[in-house]
Amino acid sequence: MDCQETHLRVYEYLDGELTVWKRRAIARHLDECPPCAEGFTFEIDLRRVIVSKCTEDVPAELKIRIAKALGLVDAGEPGPD
Amino acid sequence: MRDDPGGRDGTGGGYPAAVADQATFADQAMPYMSALYAAALRMTRNPSDAEDLVQETFLRAYRGFGGFHEGTNLKAWLYKILTNTFINQYRAKKRRPDQVDLDDVEDFYIFRRLGGLEAAEATRTPEAEVLEGIPDSEVKEALESIPEQFRMAVILADVEGFSYKEIADILDVPIGTVMSRIHRGRRALQKKLWDYAERNNLRPRVESATGG
Repeated sequence: MDCQETHLRVYEYLDGELTVWKRRAIARHLDECPPCAEGFTFEIDLRRVIVSKCTEDVPAELKIRIAKALGLVDAGEPGPD
Repeated sequence: MRDDPGGRDGTGGGYPAAVADQATFADQAMPYMSALYAAALRMTRNPSDAEDLVQETFLRAYRGFGGFHEGTNLKAWLYKILTNTFINQYRAKKRRPDQVDLDDVEDFYIFRRLGGLEAAEATRTPEAEVLEGIPDSEVKEALESIPEQFRMAVILADVEGFSYKEIADILDVPIGTVMSRIHRGRRALQKKLWDYAERNNLRPRVESATGG
């Protein structure tokens, strides 16, 4: 497995979507090739940053709306309005 | 993606869930609300549409909960309802999804621009901390700017952590298509983030190593 082949598989590797054998071949390459290993680490960090920046708080009033719609709370209860 | 109002997931039956299911549904499905809301926001790009979409998703899921089989993947099932509802209701306005394509972006787009992969000696590791400097709102905007079919695949994979197989099932497309959309979508996202970093001088503390 050379650098180029390794790069082609970066996402499948990080997503855990490779067969054991392919996985091992890539892991071996990463052990021997610091630039590739750093690239892979960078991709992991990058994804973590993206995920951490894309969270949202559910508006309180949506929670109430849904609970009411599902009949989980008494629809006659005073809402926050 | 044909007309499929209720989805293939058994939510269209209209049988009210038994009262006994009500508490179970609340216990099991409600914890996914904030993740579903975040995904809905990225899909609709509009808070009020996102709220309606999440509410509709919960209603459909609730109605179909009687037909939901214990032991199958509840989270994936909820996302399938969310996705189908989005496609049928919100995108219906646009009739067909724009079959936009993406420019090809090379792999390790940001890493390369930070000087990684090139130096044989690799003495300096580019840090993802440059990206920490990008405001949340810009990251969300970058993600939302990716064409829909790629965006949905990236959200399901990266933000929600679904496997390729689960995403194929949720989006009802072959696994190969899922892979291609995720991979290309991610690279497009990297390009957007990097463009922002460049415009705003968020470069790392490296003495101008590469020109351009």
